[in-house]
Amino acid sequence: MVFHYDVDGNDFTLAGEISSKVKKRLKQLGLPPEVIRKVSIAMYEAEINMVIHANGGAIDVEVTPQAVHITFADQGPGIPDLEKAMQEGFSTASNEVRELGFGAGMGLPNIKKNSDNMTIDTKVGEGTTIKLVINIA
Amino acid sequence: MMTKEPYWHSVRLERDFCKGCTTCLKQCPTQAIRVQNGKAKILKERCIDCGECIRVCPYHAKKAVTDGFDKLSDYTYTIALVAPAFLGQFSKTEDCDLILTSLLYLGFDDVYEVARGAQEISKETRELLKGGELMTPCISSACPAVSRLIAVRFPNLIHHIIPLRSPMELSAEAARREAVEKTGLKPEEIGVFFISPCAAKATAVKDGVTVKETHVSGVIAMKDVYLRLAQKISTIQEVKHLSSAGSIGTLWATSGGEASASGTKRWISVDGIDNVIRVLEDMEDDKLTDIEYVEALACPGGCVGGPLTAENNFVARSRINRICETLPEECGGIHQEIPRAWDGAPVYRPVMKLNENLETAMQMAMEMEDILERLPGLDCGSCGSPNCRTLAEDIVRGYAEETDCIFVTRERLRELLRHVSEHHIELPNQD
Repeated sequence: MVFHYDVDGNDFTLAGEISSKVKKRLKQLGLPPEVIRKVSIAMYEAEINMVIHANGGAIDVEVTPQAVHITFADQGPGIPDLEKAMQEGFSTASNEVRELGFGAGMGLPNIKKNSDNMTIDTKVGEGTTIKLVINIA
Repeated sequence: MMTKEPYWHSVRLERDFCKGCTTCLKQCPTQAIRVQNGKAKILKERCIDCGECIRVCPYHAKKAVTDGFDKLSDYTYTIALVAPAFLGQFSKTEDCDLILTSLLYLGFDDVYEVARGAQEISKETRELLKGGELMTPCISSACPAVSRLIAVRFPNLIHHIIPLRSPMELSAEAARREAVEKTGLKPEEIGVFFISPCAAKATAVKDGVTVKETHVSGVIAMKDVYLRLAQKISTIQEVKHLSSAGSIGTLWATSGGEASASGTKRWISVDGIDNVIRVLEDMEDDKLTDIEYVEALACPGGCVGGPLTAENNFVARSRINRICETLPEECGGIHQEIPRAWDGAPVYRPVMKLNENLETAMQMAMEMEDILERLPGLDCGSCGSPNCRTLAEDIVRGYAEETDCIFVTRERLRELLRHVSEHHIELPNQD
């Protein structure tokens, strides 16, 4: 079962809408609450990242009986120093973004924390693709 | 102790009054109402007794089942267990002693203010919060409609609910114990009647979900009490000194009251069921990182906005505030050794789940998406389901058909007519 969503860049008010929709659907599937929690937290963070750094992108969610697979793909600036980006508290977000309460440098670490597997494929100037796996059983 | 039915609901439909309009349908926060054959129907597994449908029904076809005054005669000694919102109902007086004394004229032998229990719960909450024993942000357990909402829609937040009893339950047990000592009667000879601003409390006492055992013998609607007292209250001559609650407990009647007594400045107070849902959604996504205490109340303005109150919630709030200025902050709390801890967290009831089997559920969900594509997305409710998405859900569950949508049906009729005219099919004569 696959869902595809496009994320509108530069509109904070819409960020979170997709994770909220996915959450509703997963509840209807009757997935364990803990799985739904991880998916919605990870998705919200990734969605915000896409809006802040990459001017939007696309999200694909695939649910199998074993796991939820989520792919976030953007054509943004890419992540120059991935190791640094994975550190808690590190952020390249602008002051404007920070004033809105985002960009605390918890994004990627929090996404990793709420998934069972995370792979990041990024190229400066081309974009970033993050793949997450959240196991059901 | 009373026997309890698992799905007992206070909120009911008055079939004869229902016109089958879609007002309640669309307001229901758990999509628990459908209109079938021109009448509303409440799905009992989903209903959380928030009373939103009672509030919005233009034909007064939704009501709350509560107890009548005749039930008082089942007991030798009766106590009116008064919700603090009651103090804000009377335009003629703000005298707490007078308001409480008036209840004795209705046949009660004594009164007990729930605000006393509320003060204790506030104190206990402050200690738990200070000791780091709560999962923050913690959610107050006071509003039974919110607790039930969490149990059906927000399973991940169940462990954020403060594990304490409601002020009503704590006060009911204290009131009965006090009466036993005072009268020498047996506990079962004492009737403790909650004067309630809402249907959710009536359900909390009678259903088998909210608390396992209750100390409340009956629940009487605040508006029923008001009706009997509105004229009488100003004629009462002999006023007894009965007021024994402080402002901390009394302010629980209005939104912001319990939160401000939580001992932290990192609190929010959310009232109205739609606002509560919005905040719980955010909380589920870990967005409330700088908040410690969430006061979530289903009714607008808090308990003063309950569907069974007589006065509008804004006026009642103003009165409660004025009354509280005359009260000491803390007053007679509960000194007996009575457990403050609840008898267990609400249990997750996955009523939104499509099927027990995940693969079947996934198939149904995909089918739902296909159906949804064909529906107009107007969310008009004419089909009897609250919106297009729920109609799609009802169709895959086998409770509805695509042609229940009037737009789908119209389109199909048009196609049929086109087909008939294009192929010069002769229709049979009408006469």
